[in-house]
Amino acid sequence: MNLSRNLPQKLFDIGNHLFLMFLVLICIYPFYYIFIYSISIPTEAAKGGIYLVPKGFSLSNYLQLFKLNGIVHAFFISASRAVLGTAVTLFCTSMFAYALTKSTLKYRKLMYRVTLSTMYINAGLIPWYITMKTLGLKDNFLLYILPSAIIAFFLILIKTYIEQLPSSLEESAMMDGGGVFQIYIQIILPLCVPVLGVVAIFSTVNQWNTWQDNFFLAGSPNLQTLQLLLLSYLTDQTSNLMAIGTNISKVTVVEVTPSSIRMTITMIVTLPILFVYPLFQRFFTSGMLLGAVKG
Amino acid sequence: MDIVHNQTRANPATCIIKMKRKTKTGLVLWLMSIPFFVFVMIFYFVPLLGWSMAFVRYIPGVPIFESHFVGFKYFKAMFSYGSDLPRVIANTLAMGFLSILSAPLPMVLAILLSEVKRLKIKKFIQTTVALPNFISMIIVYSIFFSFLSVDGGFINDILLKLNLIDKPTNLLANEGATWYFQTFVGIWKGVGWGAIIYLGAITAIDPQLYDAANVDGASRFRQALHVTLPGLMPTFCVLLLLGVGNLLSSNFEQVYVFHNAIVHNKIETLDYYTYRIGLVNFDFSLSTAIGVFKSVTSLTLLFLVNLIIKKINGHSII
Repeated sequence: MNLSRNLPQKLFDIGNHLFLMFLVLICIYPFYYIFIYSISIPTEAAKGGIYLVPKGFSLSNYLQLFKLNGIVHAFFISASRAVLGTAVTLFCTSMFAYALTKSTLKYRKLMYRVTLSTMYINAGLIPWYITMKTLGLKDNFLLYILPSAIIAFFLILIKTYIEQLPSSLEESAMMDGGGVFQIYIQIILPLCVPVLGVVAIFSTVNQWNTWQDNFFLAGSPNLQTLQLLLLSYLTDQTSNLMAIGTNISKVTVVEVTPSSIRMTITMIVTLPILFVYPLFQRFFTSGMLLGAVKG
Repeated sequence: MDIVHNQTRANPATCIIKMKRKTKTGLVLWLMSIPFFVFVMIFYFVPLLGWSMAFVRYIPGVPIFESHFVGFKYFKAMFSYGSDLPRVIANTLAMGFLSILSAPLPMVLAILLSEVKRLKIKKFIQTTVALPNFISMIIVYSIFFSFLSVDGGFINDILLKLNLIDKPTNLLANEGATWYFQTFVGIWKGVGWGAIIYLGAITAIDPQLYDAANVDGASRFRQALHVTLPGLMPTFCVLLLLGVGNLLSSNFEQVYVFHNAIVHNKIETLDYYTYRIGLVNFDFSLSTAIGVFKSVTSLTLLFLVNLIIKKINGHSII
């Protein structure tokens, strides 16, 4: 009896684990493959046959890349938009969220509702483009920072979090004569560190990955982000893709190949995410994110 | 009552100080909210004024109120004979429906994950399968390109070596497979993250239900079927209906990076079309009209969906 009930379950467990491991492989192996390709000897790698270990070992891809025009600068732009953009988002959205929790603030419900409606309202590409241009954000670094100062999704997260904080701390600070702003800085912000952590990581990843604003509105090479630099390399490759049958493995004087350079940039763009990612998964199991989905 | 009583008893001086503080607090609160609200208005609602471009013959540089008013001309032109719009809408809907069809996958994955009893293994799996959600579409394209390209792409390389195919296949330039391939890309990127949202919902299910099922002798399979699955249904319905509301919104980034001349006719969605008409052909008015059409239709869909959810759940989602 026991055995007959346990056997199918055992089989299921084995099958389930195998299936899930297969999924893990599909999600992880591409990154591993690109990594070992980028540290292989480029000319060897071009011959194919890289599966589990790099073919030889060479850092020439990385060394060549840093000589390439623009990559260090692009990295700097991407990093600064991630850091500054996140700082601005955290400061503005949390202050707005705190003000909106105060029942003495007039029209707070209206302001909250209107802000949330931005999740569903989309003016469309051209009106957005013209507005940004009119505001003088075209070819301006602030383009990466200002529009994301208030983000509705983060506002929900932070406001919900502040509302469930014990009000006694705030009240006693009021008694001691603290002003609203002072309370926000000295009491609310420190208490909000967990939710601000989630928002910070979300925002950093978003900023790092965003490229549409760069693509549509910042044509100048000075403002090029790492993502768009990678895109320009890929589109060069796509024109090669069009010429099916032609052989692109033309021998170049430099010891790097187009693919090896492509793999290496991909790796450089991905690495920061891979570093931040472990911080992320801490929040996966907490119900914090689910609350936001339910709105 | 108590407060009123206290205030009447307080001496006039402190009363004035309190009132002053109250107005000051009010002022500070305004300063802490109004600037940000203005921000929201500028970046999300001012662009809506641009919808007026759809009703005039807009020439960049000429103010809208000086432009020639044409009424619904551009809306008629959108659907006129020879327009690309029907094909574009067909593509958008086809890929939209395919992704709605794939909506149960994250839920299934979450249930499978919840069956893994060793916490460390479970955590490892859920972390790794969610990773693709956090990389940009450009990297996604780079990865798929590396694996599928004709010259030395990983998959072709292996298939050729195993003699399964004679000549390299090119999925990136296969018109017939475009819709399915793009759906697969979407699943690869999103399924793990979706599962994590459902895992959160699973932890919210009352453990007593499982205990009760255990006492009744239900196997783990039965428990998943009769406890976990019904417990996830509300979340599933909300996400599914939101998906229906988003039917017309394709992922522009995905379409842009995977776009090439061969698959153009199958991959072009409304978002890409507005881009092409607006910023490649520079027909701002027509592009805006298409955008207005899309936004209004999407919003209507969303309200309909919300109405349905209200009927079923008793509370709205927006």
